[in-house]
Amino acid sequence: MRYVVYILRRLVSLIPVLLGISLIVFFLIRLIPGDPAATLLGTHATPTAIRELRDQLGLNRPLWSQYLTFLGRLIHGNLGFSYFYDVSVTSLIGTSLPVTLWLLVAGVVCTIVIAVPLAVLAAARRGGIADNIIRAVPVAGLGLPVFWVGIMLILIFGLKLHWVPVAGFGNSFPQHVRSIILPGITIALTLAPILIRSLRASMIEVLGSDFIVTAQAKGISTARVVLGHALRNAAISSVTVLGVNIAYLTGSTLVVERVYSLPGIGQQMINSILSRDFPTVQGITLVFAILVVIVNLLTDVTHAALDPRVKLA
Amino acid sequence: MTAPLLEVHDLNVDIPMPHARLHAVRGISLSIGGGEAVGLVGESGSGKSLTLRALLGLLPRPARIASGTILIDGQDVTGLPAHRLRHLLTDTMSMVFQDSLTALNPVMRVGDQIAEGPRRKLGRSRAAAHATAVELMAKVGIPDPERRYAHYPHELSGGMRQRICIAIALSTEPRLILADEPTTALDVTIQARVLDVLGRLRREEHVGLLLVSHDLAVVGQTCSRLYVMYAGKVVESGQLVDLVTEPRHPYTFSLLRSVPDPDRRVDRLLSIPGQPPDLSTTVVGCSFAPRCPFVVDACREREPELLDIGGRDSACLRIDTAEHWTDMVAAEGVR
Amino acid sequence: MTAMALDPLEPAEESSVVVRSSRGRWNATLISGLVLFGLIVLAAVCAPLLTSYDPIVQNLGQAFLAPGSPGHLLGTDSFGRDVLARLLYGGRTDLEVGVFAVVSPFVIGSVVGLVAGWFGGWLDTIIGRIVDIVIAFPFLVLVIALVFAMGPGTTSIYTAITLVGWVAYCRIVRGQVLVAKEQEYAMAARASGLPTWRILLRHLLPNVILQAFVYSMSDIVLTLLAIVTLGFLGLGVPPPNPDWGTMIQDGQQFILTKWYLTTIPGIAVVLVGIALALIADGIVDRTNR
Repeated sequence: MRYVVYILRRLVSLIPVLLGISLIVFFLIRLIPGDPAATLLGTHATPTAIRELRDQLGLNRPLWSQYLTFLGRLIHGNLGFSYFYDVSVTSLIGTSLPVTLWLLVAGVVCTIVIAVPLAVLAAARRGGIADNIIRAVPVAGLGLPVFWVGIMLILIFGLKLHWVPVAGFGNSFPQHVRSIILPGITIALTLAPILIRSLRASMIEVLGSDFIVTAQAKGISTARVVLGHALRNAAISSVTVLGVNIAYLTGSTLVVERVYSLPGIGQQMINSILSRDFPTVQGITLVFAILVVIVNLLTDVTHAALDPRVKLA
Repeated sequence: MTAPLLEVHDLNVDIPMPHARLHAVRGISLSIGGGEAVGLVGESGSGKSLTLRALLGLLPRPARIASGTILIDGQDVTGLPAHRLRHLLTDTMSMVFQDSLTALNPVMRVGDQIAEGPRRKLGRSRAAAHATAVELMAKVGIPDPERRYAHYPHELSGGMRQRICIAIALSTEPRLILADEPTTALDVTIQARVLDVLGRLRREEHVGLLLVSHDLAVVGQTCSRLYVMYAGKVVESGQLVDLVTEPRHPYTFSLLRSVPDPDRRVDRLLSIPGQPPDLSTTVVGCSFAPRCPFVVDACREREPELLDIGGRDSACLRIDTAEHWTDMVAAEGVR
Repeated sequence: MTAMALDPLEPAEESSVVVRSSRGRWNATLISGLVLFGLIVLAAVCAPLLTSYDPIVQNLGQAFLAPGSPGHLLGTDSFGRDVLARLLYGGRTDLEVGVFAVVSPFVIGSVVGLVAGWFGGWLDTIIGRIVDIVIAFPFLVLVIALVFAMGPGTTSIYTAITLVGWVAYCRIVRGQVLVAKEQEYAMAARASGLPTWRILLRHLLPNVILQAFVYSMSDIVLTLLAIVTLGFLGLGVPPPNPDWGTMIQDGQQFILTKWYLTTIPGIAVVLVGIALALIADGIVDRTNR
């Protein structure tokens, strides 16, 4: 119950940020030289249509009034209309968002599966061969272009080995899972180095604590000390690092979806950019920002759940 | 006569550092019988904490045991591989640390931390371990233990936390508790209570106690026998009563004089002038010589051996003058 | 894409990767990083010296030559252009934009962070809110949206990256300033009655800028990645100028047979990443001796 209150409070404090996001998105379209209405209509821009849209959006009114209209429509879930696809932006997003969410979850799961054992191993056997090799990973991993990694993985596992499908999302749950593995691993390969570095550092710090000695003095197994005591503590700060980076990495869904032909919002955004379907670009940009805000909130909640010292008040 | 519970012969602990090698514990020997309360006194840097850690096989990196033997119940355990050694040592002994806040896992309930030993090491069921934990908490004097079980360390006061640490130390059914400055971080009234708990446990559970402290008052309240350490060596040992009434080493003597005694009128508080020696160098002669009020030239040439002077040991060349030390110091004025 | 943005760097009692020699001004990590980076930059700068081929001119008769073919160390692409030449000239473009695009976010972000941290109060709160808002957008998404809005071209790229990238520096420097504010030298400077701008510039700045500088090393990589990604998506430097991203994109269709067309430019990016990561780690090791 305390968590619900905590979340609500956080949401309230996020209102200025949400407003700011909407402001930026609002101004995005006005960066484009020319008439915003014409831009929105794209190839469907006829003088009549332009005039109608201008009326609808209130483009003849002062800027602040336009913004309020915009905000009003947003709150009602109206993200605009895609003249290119001839459907509302909201429905476009509605069909593609789930795919992106699958991708993000797969990415996080793969990251944890890859990074945690490596980080724990490196910290527990500090200074050893394993540690030195694992420490080199973040160095190499920093410069990995996500899309290139994706292409390489497709080449090896999809085209040469035929283990997984190389494109699309499939139509059934098992197909979804098969299709999302490689993209998930792709994301993980760029996210894991950061998590490894941070978790390893936390583990090393925690392993030097007195309570670890207390635990060892109880005579319990080393594995239990490392996993049950050290990891539980080290994970706390790493959760924050992971959360921040997931938020940043939601942007990489753009290219990952493109490379793997996954019909998510990233792919949709690029298609819309290439077809100059601006309302959709605007809408998806907004959704991305909201996604990031939600991920950050989830990170904070998870952090509070893991660490009893955090005051939820 | 049965072998003493714990025997240590000529223990040496080294700390290899990038710029030097610290010889932190220099050949000390101890012996503790079952149910005995023994104190290990010395300044910080005297090597007393490291000695305790070495006994459990839990020296912090990069410190290591350079040489020496440890015997449990007369059995030499030093040669055993690290894993088995630690297993055996933790069977017999457990430890209480100075800082109870850092000694406890911040994200685990205190009750669970006490129950972990019985559950994992002694193999009890979850319910049985829970019950044991509550029982132990009551034994160490924590009121309302059932409710306190679910608390986290940061939610408890210092005195309570230290008692939890003692409960944890008891949870693996040790025969000897190693306590490293257990009351230093507490204020005086709480200190008394915690010491009380330790004393009671010793009498009721027949658990031995090796208490490390720099505070003579603490040691005086709980222990019957004493080892005094200086610069990594034992310089005097014996029955508490003897050491306190008739110290036979200048260091012990100076320590006693620096404790304010409300019954004795003094013009000023004395402290021992000077600094403990740098442990990375080998000292020629007695390590205490630079600060000793009774030093003579011979002290700087030869290192005094720890000799048995009739039921107690001392490492000093000037033992024969010991009866006159009080007068010597008074005559010289402030020293 | 800007992962790493705010994660604290490794605690520094660690010695450098693989080689245990982190003491001293020049440790192995820093040197190897600088050497690697230097070689790459040198190769890019000396492109005309290293290859006689024009990276843009097509030569369809020579298309799809494998690496190791006479005269073409890394082969040719679908248009008959020498891969090595495109790699070198592409490196020029990408590295140039990558390095220079970091400068304005660095400068602007640091100044804003300095001011926000030092003055605090409502100024800090407002700036903090703005930072929160900008950070809410995934880096790549916002950059792409901005580039899209402003039209393709190098100027758009620089502008977009500046508009989005300054926040990380702002946060880092602000954090450092908050700590430095309480230090004695800062209080002494304040008490001495020096004009504020002087205090900030001459006394505070040199002490707080280090973390930001270290971050800028990884930021160059991230910016490079962003540019390469833009190239891959067709939103970057306009063709036919060579760029590692477009090279990867071009090579994608021939992935089964001519996999090297895609692999090689990617490796180049990874190498730059390794070099800069080594430099960043080396600097950290050095300052924490």
